[in-house]
Amino acid sequence: MSLKKSKSTLEPALPNKLIPIEEKITVADLKASGLTDEELKKIVQILDREPNRTELGIFGVMWSEHCSYKSSRIHLKQLPTQGPFVLQGPGENAGIIDIGEGWVAVFKIESHNHPSFIEPFQGAATGVGGILRDIFTMGARPVAVLDSLRFGSLSEPQNQGILRGVVSGIAHYGNCFGVANLGGETRFEDCYAANPLVNAFALGVARREAIFYGQASGVGNTVMYVGAKTGRDGIHGATMASEEFCAASESKRPNVQVGDPFLEKLLLEACLEAMASGAILGIQDMGAAGLTSSSSEMGGRAGTGVDLDLDRVPQRETGMSAYELMLSESQERMLLVSAPGREAEISAIFAKWGLDAVAVGKVIAEPMLRVRQHGRLMAELPNDALTNAAPRYDRPAAQPVPDWPRERPTGLRDPEPGEALLRLLASPELASKRWIYEQYDTSVRTNTLLAPGADAGVIRLKDTHGGLAISLEGNGRYCRLDPRQGARLAVAEAARNVAVTGAMPVAATNCLNFANPEKPEVMWQFRETIAGLAESCKALGTPITGGNVSFYNETMGNGIYPTPIVGIVGIIDLGKQSNRSSNTTFIDVLSAALPIQSSFQHPGNEIWLLSGAPAMNADETARRFGSSEYAKTVLGALWGEPPALDLQQEAALHKLLRETAAQGWLASAHDISSGGLAVALAECLLAHPINHPPGPLLGLECELSEKPAAENLFGETASRVIISCRAEHAAKILAASERCGLRAHKLGRVTQEPRFILKFQGRSFMDFPVSDMVSIWSQGLSRWLEPAANPDSLNRGVWA
Amino acid sequence: MKTGIIVFPGSNCDHDAFTAASRLPGQSAVWLWHQSRDLQGVDAVILPGGFSYGDYLRTGALASYSPILESVRGFARGGGPVLGICNGFQILCEAGLLPGALMPNAGGHFICRPVRLRVENATTPFTSACAPGQTLTVPIAHGDGNYYCSPAELASLEGHGQVVFRYVDENENPSPAANPNGSLANIAGICNPGRNVVGLMPHPERAIEAGLGSSDGLAIFQSLARLASFDQPVPVLK
Repeated sequence: MSLKKSKSTLEPALPNKLIPIEEKITVADLKASGLTDEELKKIVQILDREPNRTELGIFGVMWSEHCSYKSSRIHLKQLPTQGPFVLQGPGENAGIIDIGEGWVAVFKIESHNHPSFIEPFQGAATGVGGILRDIFTMGARPVAVLDSLRFGSLSEPQNQGILRGVVSGIAHYGNCFGVANLGGETRFEDCYAANPLVNAFALGVARREAIFYGQASGVGNTVMYVGAKTGRDGIHGATMASEEFCAASESKRPNVQVGDPFLEKLLLEACLEAMASGAILGIQDMGAAGLTSSSSEMGGRAGTGVDLDLDRVPQRETGMSAYELMLSESQERMLLVSAPGREAEISAIFAKWGLDAVAVGKVIAEPMLRVRQHGRLMAELPNDALTNAAPRYDRPAAQPVPDWPRERPTGLRDPEPGEALLRLLASPELASKRWIYEQYDTSVRTNTLLAPGADAGVIRLKDTHGGLAISLEGNGRYCRLDPRQGARLAVAEAARNVAVTGAMPVAATNCLNFANPEKPEVMWQFRETIAGLAESCKALGTPITGGNVSFYNETMGNGIYPTPIVGIVGIIDLGKQSNRSSNTTFIDVLSAALPIQSSFQHPGNEIWLLSGAPAMNADETARRFGSSEYAKTVLGALWGEPPALDLQQEAALHKLLRETAAQGWLASAHDISSGGLAVALAECLLAHPINHPPGPLLGLECELSEKPAAENLFGETASRVIISCRAEHAAKILAASERCGLRAHKLGRVTQEPRFILKFQGRSFMDFPVSDMVSIWSQGLSRWLEPAANPDSLNRGVWA
Repeated sequence: MKTGIIVFPGSNCDHDAFTAASRLPGQSAVWLWHQSRDLQGVDAVILPGGFSYGDYLRTGALASYSPILESVRGFARGGGPVLGICNGFQILCEAGLLPGALMPNAGGHFICRPVRLRVENATTPFTSACAPGQTLTVPIAHGDGNYYCSPAELASLEGHGQVVFRYVDENENPSPAANPNGSLANIAGICNPGRNVVGLMPHPERAIEAGLGSSDGLAIFQSLARLASFDQPVPVLK
């Protein structure tokens, strides 16, 4: 028997008996594990015996949807994962891309939806904490976070409370840790009321040679535990995230972990210092399924095993069982493997930062996870059984019967266009998100070139000539109507947001938020989404380097819209245009070449529309208008299809933006998305990154070539960008557009007088003072969240 | 000119302060560890922003008892220039090196955005490169920046020119609209009677390049660079 081969490598010697202790499992244990009868049968088959209670719990978390991706794995294989910039695709803690000059960027997005519904503040805070650990466990210092958030309508006080809690949780963790928040996106839809989505993205940078992997290499090496002590919090967190919520979910509050950003900051500094010392061979954070997943995955990656002595694990509570210790999801913990004989050195570095580093086990040759407690063997499981042998389900999929009309319902009345525009600007969906991002530290570490308020966040990399642009996007309404098209559009829009800054989109990460995959229509949505993502990522040159799947976003039978969130990372060259010699500092580079902003910069500049949008007849235009923000906010309806998209044209548009930006021809560039052309034009006057306060208000005067029908003003056809430029650059931009097979069309000009004037055939049909639009737009979100009596909100000027 | 940047557990603006303090020609910076008492012969000390010791008691309270603070007290008594930024300002107040306290923001949450500051006293070692009344655009990033002191202390601060920075609006008035956190008299920064110890909530070290939004914070580090041309570590004050 294979068990006989193993010899204890730990002191004190163990009793002779090497078969894990017997603890008969009960029906209740099986239920708590979240496993099915079938899955238990498979476990018995693999082990050739019945698992004991601890082992069953370990299988329960490792085979949970959250850890095993059992419903999604076979489909995820279709995603493109390779590309010229990709150094590490999915499968590690985070993806890695080469950003040049010996540097790499490490990034990923992850969901923390279920905990954030149960306890918004801690749920969101630990979501940020978890993704940050994924980044620095690979040796990279986190330099940016972004978040994608979804809530129910703000007219419901409960949703306001969830939003407040989530935002302060994100702020609490990220601000204390000391990482710049570059924004993200926030949307509202009734389906998210009891299923809020909190997707946290983080990105770190490292020298290419300094990357660390979660491997338990070198038989006999010491396995050390660092960070917070283990408590009973978060037990079953992974299984909780793998089931639907019901009325009893309130009782799961103790399953939500509690975050300590201060401890995580110490852990970051200690880990980076210990990594630099060369004393660490492999390191892995303890996220979902804590000690269990970190130890089995570290062994699994290296083809070795890990032998753990739970008596040595620092514990916050007394009397914890092996089951509880292995399943705890206490935050801010890491497992690492020391180079031979360098344990004391590691301990000294952690002690300097006020942290314990404790030897808790050894690397063993057998590819096993072995767990001991009180001198008894509590579990002995092959790594392979926990990871690769986990079930893979090809769950049945069936296209749902649409419960929405294909054509625009009759009887819907369009208001006058000016009124519609103001209503859109006042909606929380399109209004300024400043109330949210002002609570985040956006400037720490002095890298932020474009802070929230811009189309994409942009940071510079201090030791290089370059920077990175990052954007998150996803539109559940589009995906509900057509998940494949919605996914294609999410990639295209995120990449376009990156491209308008002058950056080249090079890689993607995704967070796939869905309802219950055991329902065939949800599985169909998932499969369609994957197909759309794959198509779009291939066409736009942005392979997926990792991410996360979140199923069971469903409460009492009500599921969310399929909501894939795509994060795109682009590389921006900040040095090429300057005559940078080797001895100038990074400061000179910045004054030479800055990313393009979305807002108009100078009165007198011409305003142009660059478009790669497919041509459509009137019927198709009307049908696709049903997915727009206008249809939702102004008409209160949903019908038809998402916007059209030609991926080749989209890719050409990105190239055009990059080239015209590099030539210095673009004064501003802004993507047209939710709310269409009219809202995008308004945003060019209203929005600005919070780190670049605007000067005096500007205005615009534009002449439209199409009649001012709602579809033309507010339709959301993809692959369109509004730019502004000097008159002498306009002809060059036009010629470059034609070379790329794109259309460029002059709309008008930026005016000194702060008025918003739209004309058709020489007659103005919209004329507003911009200051009125500013107050409507800047209070559209905050009016729901800021108590009127708050002196701060009353005192604060609109631009403050 | 050598500036010491103190690193407390939880300091997160230490790298930014280091970069800013070592950026100008002839300027250098060294790290000072919170558990050490050795100031390494520095000419000036900066207590950077962050969440020292997690700020789990009151902001800055635990840090004010750290070993390095004993040395900083002696250094300050001898006229050595000491600058506390954000959490560093909170620590200097907790340590009794500056009067008053920083309370939670009036609006109830953390705020990060650029603010406009008016230099009220250009005779401190950290403002000597500024013109009196000059305005600077510098970001704030804090949850507890609401400056408070007793009426007597306020009268004394105002009377002795110890208010160094005030939040002002675009017309350079210290209006309620310009006050981001509820601070008394729009106070953003103060100094001790000797003017060698300065604390402020905004982050000049984050405003050292136009690309980041502003380079106005450089004036603080240019002031520090000027100290090098004095024989004494501190400029002679009236």
